[in-house]
Amino acid sequence: MRTGLIAKKLGMTKVFDDKGQHVAVTVLLMKGNQVVAVRSEEKNGYTAVQMGFDDVKANRSNKAMRGHFAKANVLPKRKLVEFRVSKDALLEVGAEISAEHFVPGQFVDVTGTTIGKGFQGVMKRYNFGGMPASHGVSITHRAHGSTGNRQDPGRVFKNKKMAGHMGQVRATIPNLSIVQVDAEEGLLFVSGSVPGSEGSFVMVRDAVKRALPKAAPKPAGLKQGAAQKAEKAPEAKAAPAAEAPAPAAAEENKE
Amino acid sequence: MNLLQKVEAAQIKKLLDKNSNGANANAIPEFAPGDTVRVNVRVIEGTRERIQAYEGLVVARKNAGLNSSFTVRKISLGEGVERVFPLYSPRLESIKLVRRGEVRRAKLYYLRDRRGKSARIAERTTGFGMDGQEGQE
Repeated sequence: MRTGLIAKKLGMTKVFDDKGQHVAVTVLLMKGNQVVAVRSEEKNGYTAVQMGFDDVKANRSNKAMRGHFAKANVLPKRKLVEFRVSKDALLEVGAEISAEHFVPGQFVDVTGTTIGKGFQGVMKRYNFGGMPASHGVSITHRAHGSTGNRQDPGRVFKNKKMAGHMGQVRATIPNLSIVQVDAEEGLLFVSGSVPGSEGSFVMVRDAVKRALPKAAPKPAGLKQGAAQKAEKAPEAKAAPAAEAPAPAAAEENKE
Repeated sequence: MNLLQKVEAAQIKKLLDKNSNGANANAIPEFAPGDTVRVNVRVIEGTRERIQAYEGLVVARKNAGLNSSFTVRKISLGEGVERVFPLYSPRLESIKLVRRGEVRRAKLYYLRDRRGKSARIAERTTGFGMDGQEGQE
């Protein structure tokens, strides 16, 4: 099990695929994910990595946190999240992970905090039908109606769906596919929508219910790895460039 | 320009480059509501791909970065048809400007209620984009 990454939701846009159909995507910024601490079997009884994201000025974090970051010798971060990993996917403290941790076509689970809707009635909150607009109905057009039975049981059952606070809860959307990865800018294009408002933090993990593709880097898509790839750039860049005009040529032939 | 707009701008550039690299350089011509255009659409039938032309009057344009689109209206077999095209779609082989029209509105939805003589639009011979090479097709 590899580590997940923290990202910032930038917003939604669309991408045209090879067939010219457009895909609605959410753009996530994940530049500067860094390992701040490691939990090991010997010391903590479980294995995990603590990822940090979004550098902040040192004077914006308190003294205790500054000590924590100093110990790892990393810049202070705005957001810290611990991800459980298997033993073979443990990382070194200070390791930077790029967006290439995820590969196009892979499925991910995205966790975030949904947009808060405040105190809402049952129609909006639970999709209740409400009551008729006429035929003698007065004042209670959007009310929930009866909440229970009679003297027996004589009470309202627990978990009865009623009006109340809606949204601003942690939610995970499973099995979102990755459309595109831009390692240079640290951008991840995930198909479909993702919980939370624009600018909020989300966590991106490998999908639990889908197999990890073989192309996905293990134990993680480290930045150093990316640097090594850059040295091999002539080969690496030539390959995609050669692929790109090829489909275009194929299309022309069809015409 | 925020980061998302930059992403969109980069994609538009890529799509336009790809188009102009093709057999015919298909830069999107300048056109506005009231103009008549011929849109060549790539249609995929099974495994074959062919180009279908759709000619009509531009009744609206939506300018929203990558999400920009335009609406073309024509009378087909006595029935009004409106089709919305994404401006930067790779499915559009080319857009050809046929005729410029003189209109005073950005959205020509009033044409929906009109037929025949009252649905005509006068040709524009002066004004924006007329002195250049544009619109000479």
